[in-house]
This record gives sequence, structure tokens and C-alpha cells, in this order.
Amino acid sequence: MNNAVRMILVLIIVGIFSGGVLVSVHNYANPLIADNEDKALKDAVYKVLPDAKNFRKITKNGITLYEGLNKRGEVVGYAFKAGGFGYQGEIEMIAAIDPDLKELKGMEVLGSSETPGLGAEITNEPFKKQFRGLSVLPEITFTKEKATGRNEIQAITGATISTRAVVRILNKEIGRIREAL
Amino acid sequence: MSLFREVTKGLWKENPVFVMVLGMCPTLAVTTNAIYGFSMAAATTFVLISSSLVVSVFKRLIPNQVRIATYTVIIATFVTVAHYFLKANFPPISKALGPYVPLIVVNCIILGRAEAFASKNTVIRSLADAVGMGLGFMLALVALGAMRELFAYGEIFGYTVIPNWHPWAIMVLPAGAFISLGLLVALFHVISKKVKK
Repeated sequence: MNNAVRMILVLIIVGIFSGGVLVSVHNYANPLIADNEDKALKDAVYKVLPDAKNFRKITKNGITLYEGLNKRGEVVGYAFKAGGFGYQGEIEMIAAIDPDLKELKGMEVLGSSETPGLGAEITNEPFKKQFRGLSVLPEITFTKEKATGRNEIQAITGATISTRAVVRILNKEIGRIREAL
Repeated sequence: MSLFREVTKGLWKENPVFVMVLGMCPTLAVTTNAIYGFSMAAATTFVLISSSLVVSVFKRLIPNQVRIATYTVIIATFVTVAHYFLKANFPPISKALGPYVPLIVVNCIILGRAEAFASKNTVIRSLADAVGMGLGFMLALVALGAMRELFAYGEIFGYTVIPNWHPWAIMVLPAGAFISLGLLVALFHVISKKVKK
């Protein structure tokens, strides 16, 4: 057989074979991957909105919110995703705010690549619990001393940039939610 | 060379990390703990074995001029399979390994073994070679991951080894990867020399 024809034939056959394998893997894995993402979102929403029994996704003016409902079907708060640049990379968070948009109900970090031992403290309980019941009026601020104001959190020692990033990302997203609702 | 030695050469004499110094990118990047090192090496081993098998089975049919293109398509297919499998069944590990699973496609150990070994040897020998190289890569990544995890958190595979360890943050940072790798390579060569004598 002519060598050029053979080259083309082999590449076509390998391509078809590879395509077939990829299609079947895609069909097998995609529902599972969607399930995983769904479950991760549910876990995250219930973590920041502990008094919610159910939630539904709402989109208002281009902003996606997860409206948490309690047993009686009353709105207990809105969970929202917020992300932005931290010290080393993207910080991705989910947080929840009360229906009057006055205080936060919780914050969880979904993904970050801050410095271990310093900025990575944003994923730990002592830092996260400061956001529970934190007033967002007029906006969240941070201090390097002990936090005194109702809208103030204490920065992580040695990781002011990570702290500032978290506060900035949340303030920006809360501002957008205020405008949208 | 006996089949058994074909396997063990990858573990020691021609270890892909400690001797050939190949695949440094995942070696340094994902070994912040032993489990990540193990998962990364397992995914790489799967791709290595599968692609070596396919390449050695079809080696006579693949025209010389397009062999690299063909190997690349074969390797990329298995890498995608591994990536989707991890994402579907082990989402936390898939998330932690990030882009390094898709990047197995450019790992030079795999194309290297396809080109240097699987395309010239029988199927059985290629299998033995791929298993050996895979295990050698795993040995290196687990050793490196365990060492960094131990000094960073006092743990190995998530189990506390040294209670009340004061964390050394540098060990999970890139600098810790280079320091640990250097020490392990030195240790490897000291042992190799002792064994030779």
C-alpha cells in the first residue's frame, strides 16, 4: 500500500477509535459529575443557611441567589456565591445573608490557594465564624486589633491581604445583590 | 533481561524520578501529602500501562512518520478517561489535583516509554516495563508526599504520626517540594552506592 494512504488511514482509524472511547466515557461520567456538583452545592447552601430546610435557585437581574426556606416555607435568607482574586489565586466562597440584607448568616470557602499556615486560615472555623451574624451595614470592614464594631472582623495575623480579599469580594457581591433585589 | 527484572528496573535502577528525572512537574506540584501523590501516580500508571499496551500491540501497523502523532492521540484518550473517572468518582481528589491530571498527556515518562520501549518490544515486555515505571513513579511520589506531609502536619496518609507537631508551612509550599526532592534523590543515591558495594 502507498505509504501516504497508510498514514492517513492509520490516523483516521486511531481518531475514530479514540472518539468512540471518549463518547462512552463522557456518557458514563457526565451524570455522575453533575450529581457531584449538585451535592456539593446543596451541602454548601445548607452549611451557610443552617435553618433552611429547602432552597430554590432564583435569578434576578443577572444575579443567581439560592433562596433558603424553612419548614413553613418562609424565606430565611439568601445564599450566594462570590469569587475574586486573593493573595495567590482565586478565592471562591459561598455566603448567606438574611432576607433584609442586613447581616450575614455564614460564609464557607469553596476553593482557594492561599499560603498554607497563613492565608489558608480563611478556611478555618475561627475566621469563618466571625461572619455569622456580622452586620453588612454600611459594609464589612476589618481591623488588625480586636474587632469591636458589629460590621468588623479581625484580620488574620500575617495574612492581611487574604483577609482584605475576602472582605472586598463579599462587599462587592453584597453590593450587587442590593442593586439587583 | 528477565520479565521480573524488566519490572524492577523501573523501581530502582531506572527509576523515572530519582534516576531519569522525568515528570518533574506533577512530582513537585501535587505531592503536598501522600494521598495526592498516590492518586497522581495511580492515574499516571493507568495511562502508562494502557498506552504502552496499545502502542506495542499496534506497533507494526503504525507508519514511522506519524508515530508520535498516533501515540499522542492514544495517550490523550487514556488521560481523558482517567480525568473523567476521577472527576466522577473521587471529586475531592480530582479538585485537589486540578490541572495535573489532564497534564499527564505531556508527561515525558509516558511518551518516552511508548517511543523508547513499547514501540520496539513485545506486548508482555512492554506491560512489564510500564508496570515497573508506574510503580517507580508511585514510589517516588508517595515518598515525597509522605515526607512533606510528615514535616508539614506530623501526619502520613492523614494519620497522626507525631502528635502536637508544630506545622512547617514551608513543606507544603513549592520550596518544600524542591528541598524534599533534593534530599530524597541524595538518599536514593547513597543507598544505591551502598547496595553496589
